[in-house]
Amino acid sequence: MTLSRGLTNLSQGPAFGPRGQIRQSPGFAGFALFQPLQLPSSEGLVIFASVTAALLVATLIGLLLRRRAGPQPNPVLDNLSARIRAWWIMVLVLGAAFLGGRHAVILLFAFVSFASLREFITLTRTHRADHAALLISFWVVLPMQYWLVWVDWYGFFAILIPVYAFLVLPIAAVVFGDPRNFLARTAETQWGLMISVYCISHVPALLTLPIPGYRGRNALLVIFLLIVVQSSDVLQYVWGKLLGRHPIAPTLSPSKTVEGFAGGVASATLLGTTLWRMTPYRPWQAAAMALTATLMAFFGGLVMSAIKRDRGVKDWGHLIEGHGGMLDRLDSVAFSAPIFFHLTRYFFAS
Amino acid sequence: MLEPLVATLITAGTQLLTGVQARWLGCGPAEVQRIYFANHTSHVDFVLLWSVLPARLRKTTRPVAASDYWDRGALRRYLMHRVFHGVPVARGRIEHSHNPIATMCQALDEGASLILFPEGTRGPGGEVQPFKSGVFHLAESRPHVELVPAWIDNSYRVMPKGVLIPIPLLCSVAFGKPARLEPGERKADFLDRLRHSLVELGAA
Repeated sequence: MTLSRGLTNLSQGPAFGPRGQIRQSPGFAGFALFQPLQLPSSEGLVIFASVTAALLVATLIGLLLRRRAGPQPNPVLDNLSARIRAWWIMVLVLGAAFLGGRHAVILLFAFVSFASLREFITLTRTHRADHAALLISFWVVLPMQYWLVWVDWYGFFAILIPVYAFLVLPIAAVVFGDPRNFLARTAETQWGLMISVYCISHVPALLTLPIPGYRGRNALLVIFLLIVVQSSDVLQYVWGKLLGRHPIAPTLSPSKTVEGFAGGVASATLLGTTLWRMTPYRPWQAAAMALTATLMAFFGGLVMSAIKRDRGVKDWGHLIEGHGGMLDRLDSVAFSAPIFFHLTRYFFAS
Repeated sequence: MLEPLVATLITAGTQLLTGVQARWLGCGPAEVQRIYFANHTSHVDFVLLWSVLPARLRKTTRPVAASDYWDRGALRRYLMHRVFHGVPVARGRIEHSHNPIATMCQALDEGASLILFPEGTRGPGGEVQPFKSGVFHLAESRPHVELVPAWIDNSYRVMPKGVLIPIPLLCSVAFGKPARLEPGERKADFLDRLRHSLVELGAA
């Protein structure tokens, strides 16, 4: 009782206000399943049409490159067309989730976290003695984190993993009495949860931020973050393939180049700036947010590359054709989403 | 009537939990009568192997199952006999009333392919244990059947011996090059060769 009251009080931060109040206000958390996001239909349509147009252009370029290259097998082009095909599927799934509403978006990202955590833990050296800790991570902590987004309980959402999970999980492992590599195993489990669940859950949590003058449009903020970060990945790839000469981190990720990094970050920041109308930011603020997000995304990608390299693999998994695993596509989002969320919450939320 | 539905649910659930993928390295998923012999560390092993087979092969592929385990409890009996169409064999001493080799040969003569764990029981997840001799007797008496090594990766971590609830981790099943008993090959050499091919597949 006291605990739950204490935690409830924690949630009454300035951004979220008292929970009851938020519940009553339309447009935020309600109990109706799949409540519409109230995505302004004209804006939603324009975004969907623009993304579709961009994908059509990419598909056309892919076909032209294929024609020019001739009939001999070409692994780079095969990978390119696989990537574009996967992009179509990802955009359709995301579009369907946004049409389905707030709860559909939360469920989609819960699944994304599940697939990411599965890939992460597969690569770790956890063993028999960690089974209980991992059971708790997958079947208790992960659903609970998304339940907290669902019911809009910010105070508990922010500490469930860094406080409760980080203390309970090593206890759940230590009771099996196996001290071998204990610190490494504990760190691996905790980092898996941090990256795959805590960080990624900040994407749907953007839907819960009460921003004055922006009510009912939060879905656009999620789309803004995803467009900026993902296009930064794509543009880095494109700039790198076109102009890339100087490797930027040869020991971590040999395919990344200085030219790709500079071109990608600059053009994704520019893209973010031109999209300022869909955000609660002024143009210069949109530029700063886009720059921050793309820088976090780039360095996050390097961190995840270092982990992969150390474990001797190229990709996290094989869920998304041409891209690798879920984490290969989402590593940049994981590193940028929490910072994006907290900057927005601090400077723009009421 | 419900059995195909239960089977679909089990394979879909396995897919969702482990994202299991088949790696056909030494042969393809052909409609050839085979004995798939695999490493055994977990209760999910058989279901993993069974799930990655194409549906048409799955229909005619039967697991060889220890009756002392699978005949305990109504649910296990239902799954093994009605859903998986397992070939029940008794572990331990061979008796005249129930000869496991005869039972397996009968299943082969009916046209089925078999899934066999020649280590006999679930190991601790490290080394592949020495093979029991049953697979030799099968190869000797039904020489037309291909012996395909199948390496199941990561299942021990999904559900090690003694735990009730699995954790979701990525798994894969690699299929190696089919083997047959060479003329004049001795039992010990043959078992060693099969075991070695499985270990090698695991390192690939």
